[in-house]
Amino acid sequence: MNGGVYALLAIGFSLIFGVARIVNIAHTAFYMLAAYCFYALLTKTGLGLVVSGIVAVCAVTLFSVVCYRLVIEPVREHESAVLIATIALALVFQELMLFIFGGHFLGIPSTLEGSLRFLGVTIPYQRLLILVVAAVMLAVVWFILYRTRLGLAIRATANDLEVANLMGMNVSRVAMATVAISVALASVAGVVVAPVYVVDPFMWLAPLVTMLAIVVLGGLGSLKGSLIGALIIGYVEAITVFAVPAGAYLKGAVALLIMVVVLLVRPEGLFGVAFEEER
Amino acid sequence: MYLLRKGWAELKNEVFVLPSRSLVLLWVVALLALPLVYDDAYVLRILTMTCLFAVFAASWDLLAGYTGQVNFGHALFFGAGAYTSGLISLKLGISPWYTVWAGAVVATLFGLVVGYLCLRLRGSYLSLATLAFPLIALGILFAFPNFSGGELGVSGLRRLASTPTGNYYIAAVSMLAIVFGLWALADSKFGIVLHAIRDDEVAARASGINTPRYKIAVFAISGAAAGFSGALFAHYLRVAGPSALEVALSFQVVIWGIFGGAATIYGPVAAVFLLYPLTEWLGSFKAFGELRLLIFAVIVLLVLLFMPRGLAPWVRDKIETQCPRCKQRNRAWRSACRLCGASL
Repeated sequence: MNGGVYALLAIGFSLIFGVARIVNIAHTAFYMLAAYCFYALLTKTGLGLVVSGIVAVCAVTLFSVVCYRLVIEPVREHESAVLIATIALALVFQELMLFIFGGHFLGIPSTLEGSLRFLGVTIPYQRLLILVVAAVMLAVVWFILYRTRLGLAIRATANDLEVANLMGMNVSRVAMATVAISVALASVAGVVVAPVYVVDPFMWLAPLVTMLAIVVLGGLGSLKGSLIGALIIGYVEAITVFAVPAGAYLKGAVALLIMVVVLLVRPEGLFGVAFEEER
Repeated sequence: MYLLRKGWAELKNEVFVLPSRSLVLLWVVALLALPLVYDDAYVLRILTMTCLFAVFAASWDLLAGYTGQVNFGHALFFGAGAYTSGLISLKLGISPWYTVWAGAVVATLFGLVVGYLCLRLRGSYLSLATLAFPLIALGILFAFPNFSGGELGVSGLRRLASTPTGNYYIAAVSMLAIVFGLWALADSKFGIVLHAIRDDEVAARASGINTPRYKIAVFAISGAAAGFSGALFAHYLRVAGPSALEVALSFQVVIWGIFGGAATIYGPVAAVFLLYPLTEWLGSFKAFGELRLLIFAVIVLLVLLFMPRGLAPWVRDKIETQCPRCKQRNRAWRSACRLCGASL
């Protein structure tokens, strides 16, 4: 279950890094924004669940493109400046949400009631929904990347930015499209997760760390790696919580430990290709 | 008398010729003289914390700015220093004057271990992997609440000095010593090697530099400085808590470092001296109290949009120019170089 959410987040992050070389710390902040947006639409306007979910995803995606144009684009050449620009952006979102909604936990009523018994295990429909949505989104992303012209452009840019530019692709527009896709993934994750967890302004920190661990574990910029990494980390966390005493505290530590071990054995991650030295 | 005149001549010819050096001198004098003229406890408290964070930011800069090992988990060293010193002084009852050094030593060991583990990693991989270390440490601390105090941390530590002024001088003097030490180190041959490693590690190794040894050494030095500041910080606040290991602190130091200008040492220090009192000052207003992090982030964003290389290099470029012939620095408003007479 967690694996699905992590996969959505990690693949989005991986896409942005691969195409635009942006280490987007604000990635999970968008996930938090989407959850809040969903909450606000649901409780304040009385729109239906599906409508408010879709509106939330679209709004956050549009907003991310605006942020990219205003904040990231002007400092693109300076890698370190991009890095702290995204950190600052995440802080801005956190504080804005803290200011608007306050710091307490907000619960969202479950979108689907009931549960399913399968092989003697009870699975609430809500959690099943997360898995299904994650699978559908992954299929959609796969389709966009491998069956459309835009996807071809994205993959080409990820492969070699300069040559893609020389071949007449509008690299900055490709980067923008990638930002939109990856934030859309994050906000879908935020919307489906919101009813299961509680919504609070600091909810972006914990998944951020796990997501980074997954992405590094799988190999930066590799989508397959992110997916498999997400599954590995998701299972490991679940097992630690159940099998080890005080596991709830250690689950993050164990996940990160796995990442460190993999990095020591294989510095470019499980499926990473060693990037050529950037000129 | 002769010594006085010689000192004055040195000062005039070496320090006052450049506005940046004059600024540094002014800053040092102001820092040391402040409690004599104005000893408000609140101001001293903020400045004490500023000094300790300045050490922390400078140590990050030596590692990330000079050597290019952009560390996202620098809070590990800070927390290691804080917890070691706090636990030893509390459990064994040793005076904090000694345990602070123990904190620095343990942080150095952590630096050696992390540096060794990260030898094969570069660029973004290194940043993201180092982000993991303080969180692993945090998880372990939370798993043994009896020993580490869990979420509350180790509290009830003794201070190094009993008066605010005493604590301020401890922080200020150690800050000046460590920062100037790091600065001298970064300007020495060692610093040039670090530059070389950052710019092209393969070429550095090809010229016979033992790059792994240098990288581990710089991790250890940086860890020692950060651990020392962490230990002082724990004893000043009288608590070593999990906030010393948090992601937020690691990101904070990255923001300070890049905001001030990486690979300068004085840049991050200047950034801390600007940003930390600013956020505290904003926090003292009721209306801004909740918005201070927001304002902080917006200021950082705006400054970056206009000076992407950081604050300190930008200011330095405005007030100084480099002589095209002898590469010496000059006041921006001079028409001819002060050393070789070439026109600027």
